[in-house]
Amino acid sequence: MLTVSMSVNGRKVSRKVEGRTLLVEFLREHLGLTGTHVGCDTSQCGACVVHVDGASAKACTLLAAQAEGTEVTTIEGLAKNGELHPMQAAFKEHHGLQCGFCTPGMVMSAVDLLKRNPDPSETEVREWLEGNLCRCTGYHNIVKAIRAAARAMAG
Amino acid sequence: MYDFAYHRPASLEEAERLLSGASDGTLIAGGMTLIPALKQRLASPSDVIDLSGVAGLSGISEAGGAIVVGALTPHAAVASDAVVTARVPALAALAAEIGDPQVRNRGTLGGSIANNDPVADYPAAVLGLGATVRTNRREIAADDFFTGMFETALEDGEIVTAVSFPVPDKAGYTKFSNPASRYAVVGVLVSRGPAGTRVAVTGAGPCVFRSAELEQALAGDFTAAALDAVTVAAEGLNSDIHASADYRAHLVGVMAKRAVAACG
Repeated sequence: MLTVSMSVNGRKVSRKVEGRTLLVEFLREHLGLTGTHVGCDTSQCGACVVHVDGASAKACTLLAAQAEGTEVTTIEGLAKNGELHPMQAAFKEHHGLQCGFCTPGMVMSAVDLLKRNPDPSETEVREWLEGNLCRCTGYHNIVKAIRAAARAMAG
Repeated sequence: MYDFAYHRPASLEEAERLLSGASDGTLIAGGMTLIPALKQRLASPSDVIDLSGVAGLSGISEAGGAIVVGALTPHAAVASDAVVTARVPALAALAAEIGDPQVRNRGTLGGSIANNDPVADYPAAVLGLGATVRTNRREIAADDFFTGMFETALEDGEIVTAVSFPVPDKAGYTKFSNPASRYAVVGVLVSRGPAGTRVAVTGAGPCVFRSAELEQALAGDFTAAALDAVTVAAEGLNSDIHASADYRAHLVGVMAKRAVAACG
């Protein structure tokens, strides 16, 4: 067992974990933050995407210990003062979710995209979502939502 | 996944000490290959030694006509780096096509080449650009580094610290990606420069290799047309559900031509 400490959604947390504990297990089982989903558990589907020091990462393919000392943001950390993040609002407005399982990962991935490219083309959005799978195949509205969020965030 | 002891050393010396003291220790950089392997119990090390706490292993600089990329530099940083983009655009383009964005945020150059997956992209860059691999003990020429399937010249306790890529006059990389995994069914890097005329092929064989016949054809005339008459032999190439050896041999020629064309 080892003690890992990090900041999750702005809150300092510290827990005793096994070396093999994954970041996604740490978030879901140790902290009760179940918004981050486990889909494939093989780093392909992207349902577990969170931000580690601002960059999107698959929490199922990261040891909790590797995130020691970092700032982690999960889907629970996006809304501020009860107001949805513009990306969440855009997914809602443009019906960017069907069953909702892939949504947290899609949203976290999309937020990272807009940080790097505030005005992505449809092709750029689709390319960026290479590591996020939607089994409802709802990509069309997801892409629409992300481009709408880009416009909203540009003000 | 079986449990293991996790360590995060602050120096290469400490990492080496931990590695030699473990009954079956392994290094972790980005973990993009190791963690899936641990989950499948393809690997069950006693100790996992995380290099991310060792200072000086990440970053990109230019010195003496070469671009030096630290072993822990993630693919996304190589893909977007101004120096790499300006001086070796083929290397930036190759890094930009590895896996998906999240893999590129975590996966590292050093981890990729130390693992030497036969379908990985970076081995083609290191071999095709005639790079030099720096370790905690010595420098290893690319031609001597990749020794077989998942095998390298690295000795026990040896740790990749950086790779030095000589700036080529021309270089291009093209791959035929597996549509699901984005790994190279065949990837070819061609270059001309201080390391000569080089053609490195990944994905096609059990280990990245140089194609003597393609290099010979390009040495006199570095154009896609110069490759028209060259036939690549299928002997020794991989045959699996994704592609037969014959098809891969054909793709080597096609990817090589496109890579030359991509040099501009």
